[in-house]
Amino acid sequence: MTSAAVETHGLTRRFGAVTAVRDLSLRIETGEVFGLLGPNGSGKTTTIRMLCGLLEPSAGTASVAGIDVAAAPEQIKLRIGYMSQRFGLYEDLTVAENLAFYGGIYGLRGEAAERRTAEIVAFLEIGPRLGQLAGQLSGGWKQRLALGCALLHRPVVLFLDEPTAGVDPAARRNFWQAIHDLARAGTTVLVTTHYMDEAERCTRLAMMSGGHLIALGTPAEVAAQVGGGGRTLEDAFIILQERDER
Amino acid sequence: MMPRLWPMFVKEFIQMRRDRLTLMIVTGLPVLQLLLFGYAIQTDVRHLPTVVVDESRTPESRDLIAAFENTGSFTIIARLDGREALDRALARGTAAAGIIVPADYPRQLLRGQPATVQVVVDAADPLSSQSGLAAAAGVAQARNLAILSAAAGRAGPPLEARVRPRYNPGLRSATFIVPGLVGVLLTMTMVLITAMAIVRERERGTLEQLIVTPITKTELMLGKITPYIGVGLVQMTTVLLVGRVVFDVPLTGNLLLLYAVALIFVIASLSLGLFISTLVRTQQQSMQVSFFIVLPNILLSGFMFPRAAMPLFFQWVGLLLPLTHFLKVLRGILLKGVGVAALWPEIVILAAFAGGLIVLAVRRFRKTLD
Repeated sequence: MTSAAVETHGLTRRFGAVTAVRDLSLRIETGEVFGLLGPNGSGKTTTIRMLCGLLEPSAGTASVAGIDVAAAPEQIKLRIGYMSQRFGLYEDLTVAENLAFYGGIYGLRGEAAERRTAEIVAFLEIGPRLGQLAGQLSGGWKQRLALGCALLHRPVVLFLDEPTAGVDPAARRNFWQAIHDLARAGTTVLVTTHYMDEAERCTRLAMMSGGHLIALGTPAEVAAQVGGGGRTLEDAFIILQERDER
Repeated sequence: MMPRLWPMFVKEFIQMRRDRLTLMIVTGLPVLQLLLFGYAIQTDVRHLPTVVVDESRTPESRDLIAAFENTGSFTIIARLDGREALDRALARGTAAAGIIVPADYPRQLLRGQPATVQVVVDAADPLSSQSGLAAAAGVAQARNLAILSAAAGRAGPPLEARVRPRYNPGLRSATFIVPGLVGVLLTMTMVLITAMAIVRERERGTLEQLIVTPITKTELMLGKITPYIGVGLVQMTTVLLVGRVVFDVPLTGNLLLLYAVALIFVIASLSLGLFISTLVRTQQQSMQVSFFIVLPNILLSGFMFPRAAMPLFFQWVGLLLPLTHFLKVLRGILLKGVGVAALWPEIVILAAFAGGLIVLAVRRFRKTLD
């Protein structure tokens, strides 16, 4: 068995009286494109934030790239890339300035920085937009820039929190192409989504509802849990969620 | 050492340059405030509008009234017929002072009996009434001395105090206010700018992206502060230049020393702002807290009101404000021309403030979202 890219045991997070994530145990292998599926408020974002060190777990343990999240949150940060749900880059900086800033923050200097930035620009085809202010970009371009900034330091694990919200279908398809390219090159991707067609493109899925896991497996396995046959993933999701709520 | 400080600095600098509103506040505000304070605020009250009730109507009484007017503190705006009219003028606020010369004034003088003249002052505003009272007492004293000396057959009064107002010989308000204004303006703008710094990134959602990187808290904080140190020093230069040209405020001492201490003070103010930024959740809250901090700085630091006149408790509170110490340095260097030998306690205290506040801000800051 290879070492897990992400591993959690009994991961729990409470906000006051509300338990946002309850007793979550997951194991994600290196090179997977792992989907976290669930309605709003099911605990997807809280889970990702705990794995990135943005929120401290209330109970349980989690490790990313073999490092314990609670014990060494700063060591994890060099090994992960993160795209938040809301556009998190500087709208008053240009595309190039945002890339230069994050390159600098991730310790890229001189020629290495130039080379890596050129690679990212070519990979995401954002060359024509370099001089534009990030705030003036459309949703699709913003998302590419955000992905670019999250990839500059060649992270081992990439966390994407609803990366395609508010992005048009063509841009979404390109984005998923890029994600699979990255996975093939050995990057582990953990992505949350609402879209069933995106969930289908994941190697494995975890369905969440009310802060806990309701299904886990490949898209086909999850669909099979509700009887298979002609059942789609969307059917499975709705049936499982209704079962959970009862 | 701190490899991520430079990119953070560059980013903050670019953002500062593009933020027109902040730039306008930072450059326009000092000049505006300077003109406002320099011209409008005069603590030496002159030309109180004064009404006169001269019941005696003699050369002696007219002579006395002229003596009052000659002090420059009183400007006679009307001669009234009765005391009721005087009361009405004071109550309505058309006059701030009234002089009543009784009918028996010349007769009493002639007899060698104590003669009285009544001066009524609107003391609802203590600052302006005080100068009226002092001027009135001065007039009476000068008259008394002249009469007594003449009676004793002397050429002049037996004792004369020669008063020399040092460092501000003209006793001009601007000379006192403008150096202090450097400190007040720096406090206002520096605290406010950085009080918004962290919380703005939190509100815009950029902090979340920033704190999943390996940037350290110290790098983040220092990167936020450094571009504004330059802004603070430019601001100070503007105020000093305009103060020199427009208000003729002296720049007596070692300006290099002044800039060095100002650097420390600016860092202390910026750090205080950063600390505020770690306490609040929204930009609006940070504005409110900043104003809450700026007000005591103006009232208790000795900028306008003498600290010696305050109750002991508020004098102690004043000592907790960096501005109180910086004002001593500003006035010491600009007006008195003193150096490190006289000012080292203030410099040490300011350095302690700067260091302490920055450590506090870094400690308070958490690289998490809760």
